[in-house]
Amino acid sequence: MTAPNTAAPSIATSGIGAAVKRKEDVRFLTGKGRYVDDINLPGQLHAVLVRSPHAHAEIERLNIAAAQAAPGVVAIFTGADMAADKVGSLPCGWGITNRDGSPAIEPPHPPLAHGRVRHVGDPVAVVIADTKRRAQQAAELLAVEYDELPANVDTARALAEGTPQIWPQAAHNVCFDWELGNRAETAAAFEKARHIAKIDIVNQRMVTNAMEPRAAIADFNAASGDYTLYTTTQNPHVIRLLMGAFVLNIPEHKLRVVAPDVGGGFGAKIPHYAEEAILTWAAGKLARPIKWTSDRSEAFLSDTQGRDHVTHAELALDEHGKFLGMRVDTIANLGAYLSTFSTSIPTYLYGTVCAGCYATPAIYVNVRAVFTNTVPVDAARGAGRPEASFLVERLIDVAARQLGLDPVELRRKNFVRPNQFPYQTPVALQYDTGNYEATLKLALQKADYAGFPARRAAAKQRGKLRGIGVSTYIEACGLAPSAVVGSLGARAGLYESGQVRVHPTGSVTVYTGSHSHGQGHETTFAQIVSQYLGVPIDLVEVVHGDTSNVAFGMGTYGSRSLAVGGSAIVKALGKIIDKGKQIAAHLLEAGAGDITFENGKFTVAGTDRSKTFAEVALTAYVPHNFPHDRLEPGLDANAFYDPSNFTYPAGCHIVELEVDPDTGTVELSNVVAADDFGNIINPMIVEGQVHGGLAHGIGQALLENCVYDRDTGQLLTGSFLNYAMPRAADLPSFIVATETTACTHNPLGVKGCGEAGAIGVCPAVINAVVDALSEYGITHIDMPASPERVWRAIQTAQRRA
Amino acid sequence: MQDFKFLRPTSLAEAVKALGADSNAKLLAGGQSLLPVLKLNLAAPSALISLSAISQLGGIRREGGMLVIGAAATHAEVAASKDVKSAIPALSALAEQIGDAQVRNRGTLGGSVAHNDPSADYPAALLALNATIVTDRREIGADAFFTGMFETALAKDEIVTAVKFPIPARAGYAKFPNPASKYAIVGVMVAQGPGGVRVAVTGAASCVFRFEAAEKALAKHFGPDAVGKLDYPADDLLSDLHAAPDYRAHLVPVMTQRAVAAA
Repeated sequence: MTAPNTAAPSIATSGIGAAVKRKEDVRFLTGKGRYVDDINLPGQLHAVLVRSPHAHAEIERLNIAAAQAAPGVVAIFTGADMAADKVGSLPCGWGITNRDGSPAIEPPHPPLAHGRVRHVGDPVAVVIADTKRRAQQAAELLAVEYDELPANVDTARALAEGTPQIWPQAAHNVCFDWELGNRAETAAAFEKARHIAKIDIVNQRMVTNAMEPRAAIADFNAASGDYTLYTTTQNPHVIRLLMGAFVLNIPEHKLRVVAPDVGGGFGAKIPHYAEEAILTWAAGKLARPIKWTSDRSEAFLSDTQGRDHVTHAELALDEHGKFLGMRVDTIANLGAYLSTFSTSIPTYLYGTVCAGCYATPAIYVNVRAVFTNTVPVDAARGAGRPEASFLVERLIDVAARQLGLDPVELRRKNFVRPNQFPYQTPVALQYDTGNYEATLKLALQKADYAGFPARRAAAKQRGKLRGIGVSTYIEACGLAPSAVVGSLGARAGLYESGQVRVHPTGSVTVYTGSHSHGQGHETTFAQIVSQYLGVPIDLVEVVHGDTSNVAFGMGTYGSRSLAVGGSAIVKALGKIIDKGKQIAAHLLEAGAGDITFENGKFTVAGTDRSKTFAEVALTAYVPHNFPHDRLEPGLDANAFYDPSNFTYPAGCHIVELEVDPDTGTVELSNVVAADDFGNIINPMIVEGQVHGGLAHGIGQALLENCVYDRDTGQLLTGSFLNYAMPRAADLPSFIVATETTACTHNPLGVKGCGEAGAIGVCPAVINAVVDALSEYGITHIDMPASPERVWRAIQTAQRRA
Repeated sequence: MQDFKFLRPTSLAEAVKALGADSNAKLLAGGQSLLPVLKLNLAAPSALISLSAISQLGGIRREGGMLVIGAAATHAEVAASKDVKSAIPALSALAEQIGDAQVRNRGTLGGSVAHNDPSADYPAALLALNATIVTDRREIGADAFFTGMFETALAKDEIVTAVKFPIPARAGYAKFPNPASKYAIVGVMVAQGPGGVRVAVTGAASCVFRFEAAEKALAKHFGPDAVGKLDYPADDLLSDLHAAPDYRAHLVPVMTQRAVAAA
């Protein structure tokens, strides 16, 4: 057997830093993706969930007789059936401690509601039939009698006297009352303040709306006792752990969770959902595969939603505009039940980021989280950090306007400077590195900030109000050091696993615990392997999303895949190279310490004697001459990587826009994003991620708004007829650029880029709208800055004047 | 979606007969309004009578001072038609703003007119251009055709076959779209035609209506400045998440002014 003739690696075109076209796009663009709904198992049944039409009600009677008798119906299960089977509660992954040291209220979350429903869309029964159509028809025959209760959907009102109580154990609907930072020191800072800027902000609720709705297929093999769940998740191992250990009592070795191609997640596909547990449990009962696919209307009522904060915040400044202190008082709406990550978002992913990229010495954050009769809230691109950056960056603009300072100069004056790193914030985080001035400068130049006054004057001539807005955001990504999050209440570690399997002919399969649902891991991770091993990218396959072939994984969210998952792969690659050196040393009759590995070749240092990577790989599997006492056959390594810190992408986003004062319409003229993501593996993919994030953030700033009827609790924006998603025509061509300070604590020096757009751009948009409207004396406008809202702000201001 | 019968008659007479025979039957043209309603279970017709096999409903042609557009002409066809562009460019521009590309490729003029959605674009064009709606049995003037929210002068078994538009000296359409649905929150068509100036407003109220104060002002002087200062009362205007009545009322003269400027 001879070594295969592999093409010489061309690292310049496929390694780190190359804009390689995405390997996965061929299948996506030719309709060959394999999504959950594309999967059909022999003999599969179809499930339809019967959901509550009421926001808050007692289930008086549930009569399944007529539905049960309908053609094709195999089974109908209710909350009582699951309770009788001792099915557990859907768990919350993060325990929060109240200010007084007591734990947060964690009410039960049965997969099927039992006794009481708490939001429109709360599932009460599952109808399983031989076709989807017949399941739907039978579901309409299911008779549920409800005794309606008064409901509350409003965040701020949740705390008020007389508001309907969602859970008896949560007085005034408070789930937790949490704080971060030093209250006394912050109060002292305000005592010394020359100026105090204040703001009241509503960060509206968003519906995440991935292009692919959620779906699941559960299967049970009665002979082996094995369960398999195909589901649209960002983190299959997490689902296996949560559902297996906490809900259904199925040990890991008997439960396989597969997340095949997933069409976008944006946070709403992190949580462990009721439907996953219902289907898996029912598949066990019936010993048949069961499939469920959400339609868009159902997604609006059952996918976790995002944001939904009401905040009052204040910034204390000295006479020179230096920040002395900041205090934040937030009410965060968690919905009717605690979703998997829900409690961590308005706390450790929010309060900790309230320092922004500023050296504010004293910060105090108090968050009261409340229950309401709404769909549960969980992560939505950025998760907590967009809420923080919106608050901080708006508050600074308010201060600048109040003090008559240029908002850019005020930011500059208060930046954490490069020589201050590592910088310990007053809100728990330690920033390892950054250069906020560099990204600011780059953005100002790309946006031609200096030329703005002339453009404003020209717009005025055309009857338009032109505004410019700046945001210098920071985010904490790369979730997360297990020791840190564990001490803060996380019930899981947030490491990642990576396995590199080199095959006899030198091709490579990489198994990662991260999951790609559009981010391009199959390309980015392959580039890393290509760079480290010197093999062409076409010989590298990245496998993810299946608990049966990936050792373990915590999944993809919080811009963690590259910083944590990529680092695990690098660690495994290091083991491969070390083993390769030993094999090469054996082949070359040299000491392993004398072998160097470069450009895909193992060489005895200082000689021209070398072996290619492919030769070494082949020898690993054809070990005819191996010294078996000290060298094992095979070339396969697994590694777990636990980061020592979060990563801190940061940057500057500048938005320029025009307001039509006659209609209130906002038209974006220019959007500039200058970001520091650390080292970049694939600049094209990074640019795409930034574009998506910007669209997401602009969607929140100008268009999207999830609205429930205040009296009935009905979701008023339950379809795209009323819920405004951003479209291509709503967006200008973006200008994106990067500066780099390499992350100091992971081997790739990377920080993450998936959420930055959504985190950084919202405040820039609203700062620009407020700037455009400043001639009316308008100092704030809530998101979305819809035409009617802008027009009304102008009308109100004109009446006041 | 409930089960229904599906009929695809090849003649108008057959379609009229089928429609008359079943009071719960619905005509299916492009289906861009009807199919979503069926999918959401908001309607459950006993039968759908497809008009797609009736060849005489198509076509766009000029007949003297008239532009005649067949009921089955899609929005995309109207938008792209050279005849429409040369005769009434504002109508082409209006068609190009309806929904999205998928809707424009399926949705038809006849379907939109017969459905009379209060936020649809075409009713404003028909009313301002003083069009005539041709059916299987008669011709109806636009003033008499649009009678209320989702209501028209059509008899239960009557089918729109074409619309005749008198070619105006000039016309303009200005639409303020709903940010989510892209339906008109306020859409104003202004036309100066053989019978004088007509201004029609869609989206603002439960049914398309004529903005008479603007018509009078424009008859005296056809220019944007003639209508910019007009007021329109908010009474009886529609309200939704994206526009309360006072905002719609404000937008009526604003969009009228823009329609005049575009004419």
